[in-house]
Amino acid sequence: MRRSLRHWVLGAWSVAALFYLFLPIFVIALFSFNDNQGRFNFTWQGFTLRHWADPFANPDLAEALKNSLLIAGLDTLIATALGTLMAVALVRYSFRGRGAVDMLVFLPLSTPEVVLGAALLALFLTVNIGTGFVTILIAHVMFTISYVVVTVKARLEGMDRHIEEAAMDLGATEFVTFRKVTLPMIAPGVAAAGLLAAAISVDDYVITSFNAGQTTTFPLFIFGATRQGVPAEVNVLGTMLLLVVLFLMGANVMLQRRLARRDANLLHRSVSTATEPLQAR
Amino acid sequence: MTDAEQAQRESTEPAGLGPAESDICLQGVSKRFAGTTAVDDLDLEIERGAFFALLGPSGCGKTTTLRMIGGFEAPTEGRVLLGGEDVTDRPPYKRDVNTVFQSYALFPHLTVERNVAFGLERRKLDKAEIARRVQETLELVQLEALAGRKPAQLSGGQQQRVALARALVNRPRALLLDEPLGALDLRLRKQLQIELKRIQQDVGITFVHVTHDQEEAMTMADRIAVMHKGRIEQAGGAAELYERPRTAFVANFLGVSNLVDARLGERDGELVTLETHDGARLRAPADRVGPHDGQAVQVGVRPEKVRLLRDGVAPPEDANLLRGTIVVASFLGVSIQYLVRTKGGEELTVVVQNTEGEPDAFTVGSEVQLAWPPRHTFVVAKETHHEA
Repeated sequence: MRRSLRHWVLGAWSVAALFYLFLPIFVIALFSFNDNQGRFNFTWQGFTLRHWADPFANPDLAEALKNSLLIAGLDTLIATALGTLMAVALVRYSFRGRGAVDMLVFLPLSTPEVVLGAALLALFLTVNIGTGFVTILIAHVMFTISYVVVTVKARLEGMDRHIEEAAMDLGATEFVTFRKVTLPMIAPGVAAAGLLAAAISVDDYVITSFNAGQTTTFPLFIFGATRQGVPAEVNVLGTMLLLVVLFLMGANVMLQRRLARRDANLLHRSVSTATEPLQAR
Repeated sequence: MTDAEQAQRESTEPAGLGPAESDICLQGVSKRFAGTTAVDDLDLEIERGAFFALLGPSGCGKTTTLRMIGGFEAPTEGRVLLGGEDVTDRPPYKRDVNTVFQSYALFPHLTVERNVAFGLERRKLDKAEIARRVQETLELVQLEALAGRKPAQLSGGQQQRVALARALVNRPRALLLDEPLGALDLRLRKQLQIELKRIQQDVGITFVHVTHDQEEAMTMADRIAVMHKGRIEQAGGAAELYERPRTAFVANFLGVSNLVDARLGERDGELVTLETHDGARLRAPADRVGPHDGQAVQVGVRPEKVRLLRDGVAPPEDANLLRGTIVVASFLGVSIQYLVRTKGGEELTVVVQNTEGEPDAFTVGSEVQLAWPPRHTFVVAKETHHEA
């Protein structure tokens, strides 16, 4: 009796916590179907699919989203490549100044974004680079690279150093060892780092706003739009992004489960052969 | 190995290597890590086709020595030669030796088959040749049924054999084994010791085996080098090291040894007289003594060489004799082990084969005589000669 009560309370508590987390997201999705009149989309006025029919109707919004995705994509490529190599250097090689780099790489993580954004703007003005798409990209690479280094480093540190030595022992040069052994082994870490970089880049506002010039990104557009009213297309695109992410997460979970099941089957079959003693020759 | 394979092995070997007797040669090799000396001015020669063991406690420098042969550590001083060629400055991938790591270091993302094929793929052999040799080597280690597995789906013993196959398939000049059986349970370890020895005899390549387990070294190796504090204390066959240890460290590391402090005395024909600190006179073969600094030495004898005699029984003529009291008697079934405290205070171990069927022949507290022939006596320097 007390046991079931405890279960019930725990269940209710969990639902409440999840509700608290997901309610805002649910509201965003719901209001993408709101038949709103006027500039604002804050009160429910009836169901419509018209926003979904043509989500890119607002050309500025479409342009902003395109910029955001393009910057996120390029940033992910550059930051992941550079960050992974930095992590490999920091974990696998000793060189002058490694300790300093190891510490400084955390700096962008701990510095307030306002400070970073303002400092970058000052730098760009000093060296006379016009702010815009390129400066946003440079800024994003600069601060997402730290996340990549930290993530990939954790993966590398958990990896048996002897595995790379074994590859070299078997005739692989440093480069071949990296390509054939190190990279495949740290791939999950690199992928996670890339996703993190993309996610942080897509929704960054503060640093981007300092260095954007005339270029508009998705977060910049929404922030600007809220001053005069929010078009429901924002909700549509936001919901679309959410669905894409949910789909990817779901696919990932399914894949992991299938791999785990296959491994378990193989392991089960190997037990019978493993227990057979070696026959003497 | 068949003749055809032998011929092919020879044809795949790098050109220009003479029929050098010593396959692996270290000349005055030292390795220092930030203030500590791991390997101290080491000279070592390992013959082609030998099963050579580097034996010593952890931290004695044996693994570092192996890693310098493999190319994973650069010596601070000295040269490393493989088949007469100086490879000191070459990276691991330019050395004709392969390593079996203690942790196996299998590639977790590749199947057993691809793990084993890795070395051959780097040498750009053609696919059919690679497949044939991988198959052949997997058969040698009896893993052909598991070729499609990933390392995580194998037991420890199976992983160990994959690591062995992955190295052997390249037909290296020498195979370096770093505590290859350390992570396995006792039963499997015994089984694989025999297995490794058999494989080494089959393929006929040099094995350099690092271990801290004296029994393992004695079971498998033709020659053993006992390492201590970055140096080789003594090298030789198992029997030689056991019967004629030259230092107290070797005497203690290989089996139980009974050591008594003594002073070197006069030479008497083939024998040397020694006087123990409690006044007993012992004799030892002269060729087993020294060179020692000074006269202070320790006299030793292995536990199974000693006969126990009741007090008052006449000892065999010419035997070395010590007197003592039995402190502990342990019945072990096949033998009985006694701990005897001598007049001088040392506690010596004596093992008596249980052939009499009288486990209570000597009871605790009995006065006994320990007798053994002089030829089973060994003499070591009083202290290990390079104590820090």
